Amino acid sequence: MTNYTKGQEFFLVVLRLAIGWHFLYEGVVKLWNPNWSARGYLTDSAGPFKDLFYEMGSNPTVLSVVDTANVWGLILIGLGLLFGFMTRWAALGGIILLGFYFLSHPPLIDVKYALPSEGSYLFINKNLIELFALGVLMVFPSSQRWGLDGLLKRTYATA
Amino acid sequence: METNKNEEKMEGADTKRRSFVKGLIGLPVLGAFAAGALAKYQSDQAAKRQILDELNVEPARPPATGPMAGDPIRVGIIGFGIRGEQLTRALGFATPQWKAGMKERAMKNPKDTRLKDFLEQENLNVKITAVCDAFEVRRELAQAAGTVDGQAPTIYQDYRKLLESPEVDAVVIGTPDHWHAPMSLAAIAAGKHVYVEKCMTHKVAETYALYDAVKNSAIKFQLGHQHRQTQSFLTARDIIEKNILGHISLIQTNTNRNDDNGAWQYHIHEKASPQTIDWENFLGNAPKIPFNKEHFFRWRKWWEYGTGLTGDLLTHDYDRVNCLLNMGIPDAVVCSGGVYTHRDGRTVPDVLQVVMEYEDYYRGGSQESGKEKGMTFIYSATLGNQFSRPTLLMGHDGTMELGAQLTVYPDARSTRYEEMLQDQLVSTTTPMYAYNPASKGVDGVTGATAKYFADKGLMWTYRDGKRVDSTFLHMREWLSAIRNDHGVSCGIEEGFEEAMSAHMSTIAYRTGKRVEWDRENRVIKNVTTEELEAIGIA
Repeated sequence: MTNYTKGQEFFLVVLRLAIGWHFLYEGVVKLWNPNWSARGYLTDSAGPFKDLFYEMGSNPTVLSVVDTANVWGLILIGLGLLFGFMTRWAALGGIILLGFYFLSHPPLIDVKYALPSEGSYLFINKNLIELFALGVLMVFPSSQRWGLDGLLKRTYATA
Repeated sequence: METNKNEEKMEGADTKRRSFVKGLIGLPVLGAFAAGALAKYQSDQAAKRQILDELNVEPARPPATGPMAGDPIRVGIIGFGIRGEQLTRALGFATPQWKAGMKERAMKNPKDTRLKDFLEQENLNVKITAVCDAFEVRRELAQAAGTVDGQAPTIYQDYRKLLESPEVDAVVIGTPDHWHAPMSLAAIAAGKHVYVEKCMTHKVAETYALYDAVKNSAIKFQLGHQHRQTQSFLTARDIIEKNILGHISLIQTNTNRNDDNGAWQYHIHEKASPQTIDWENFLGNAPKIPFNKEHFFRWRKWWEYGTGLTGDLLTHDYDRVNCLLNMGIPDAVVCSGGVYTHRDGRTVPDVLQVVMEYEDYYRGGSQESGKEKGMTFIYSATLGNQFSRPTLLMGHDGTMELGAQLTVYPDARSTRYEEMLQDQLVSTTTPMYAYNPASKGVDGVTGATAKYFADKGLMWTYRDGKRVDSTFLHMREWLSAIRNDHGVSCGIEEGFEEAMSAHMSTIAYRTGKRVEWDRENRVIKNVTTEELEAIGIA
């Protein structure tokens, strides 16, 4: 983190906390809603991988695994980013989840979705941007100073 | 990550403490998160609770039915066409052809779970001992479906012979409409329990005769309006009983179809001939005409055998609402329409508007007493467009959209919800109550007509979050009634109301009259027997 300017450091940390917050809240909201399921989202899939996502959404056994993995994935990734704990792994996990979301609903030219979107997208959407942002966080880490990763390392090293 | 060597060198107690605090940046952020998320959760929950407390809707329990234990009930199948085959499957018996076809479809399309659902269906402890159809091919298919462990049901060409069999306790009648009453009456006379498809009768006099026969007998009679088993309808009934919509002044129901199957242009079997079809036994009380394949397979298109949009599809919508409101037979009916989309020689209309008046309808409301009374039920149908129009129950305080799911919207000028609307606790654009028993379920619908029925809650429903064929539940209720001697949800009272309301609509369409009902004497007021005879419905 040595070579970061104050501004670089500030925005990297804030970006990490913001994405962590977002992941955590997405997970917690789903956990709180006993009726939540990814079924509607998955079966609304389009694009080249729609069959895979449809299968995930329409097989009850697979769906229950997907639902659980998604909720807890979001929560753990969120906590990891917030605390700066195993941050690279959290970011990688986030990239994988966002990759699934993106591939299930790619904003392609001839593709229409039943679920409404809150903006206008072509090829690039907010899932992909958040995915790239997590990539940035992976290559420009900030948890050595601002996070448990550094704190544990220093404590462990001192002990 | 590389650490700062210079910084390490200069590290003093103060720096150390600062670096420790920085390392715990997640804690205050998590604290803020927890506070924010909790506040949001509590606010959402409070609003939701306030709405739910106000509405106090309790999803009703399904009707109680008893066990299926004991000796198998011996069932005779009369009529094995499209619906007859479906009814037989609901009993747990499918043809080998259907099973093979469904297996293939499930392999091609994993979302097609019809075979799996069928195989997982509860065993109703039924034995099919006799089958009957006027068409040889169907008789044989029915026999194949009913064959278990090499024991095949007996084939009958004539239903009267089937009814004489001591091996039959109960019959399932899925024949053309003009046979419903004659067969049901003969079955009751023979002491057999009856499950019959809608429309319950084809003619006015039959409706009275069947009513009396069931009332004077101990047999269990169930009319095939399976949506009475649908969970959302049971919940909707609670919404009506709690008067959540206020005084309902208008009900809008529809049929929207635009495909050949939906317009009753069914496949004509290649083996159909005077040799394979018992034409006399098909015609029954219909006018004697020479053998006609199209009339046999597409009988729904002619008044002589079918009951048209009124008896065929209006009855679904009528009974869906009657099971909520118990509004009974209308005081008056007007009707108009024509053959506008399938000019293929059919006599029944394919575009139809029915308006039923209930002058005294009132179940309470939120306004001063005496201000509101009366209700109109509209049925609007076209077989030339399938834009999905919702079924709406429109009250002074709210509107309910009725289907496999339920949604209730408050009305902008509601008296009851005035304060809640002002406080922005509810809004006219968001449902204040939504009921989706399948929120965790998995559905697959194939075909436009299948979707039409599924959207109306006519195909399946949910029990404990699992999808169940509602026809199966309706059959189960009937069989349980036979075994455990309890009532059924669509018996002769409901059937009488359904059939008479459909006949009044047909008479209104065919005579152009406003047809009126005499509630006290239970007769159609202003139509003569001659007029009824002229249109073959006396």
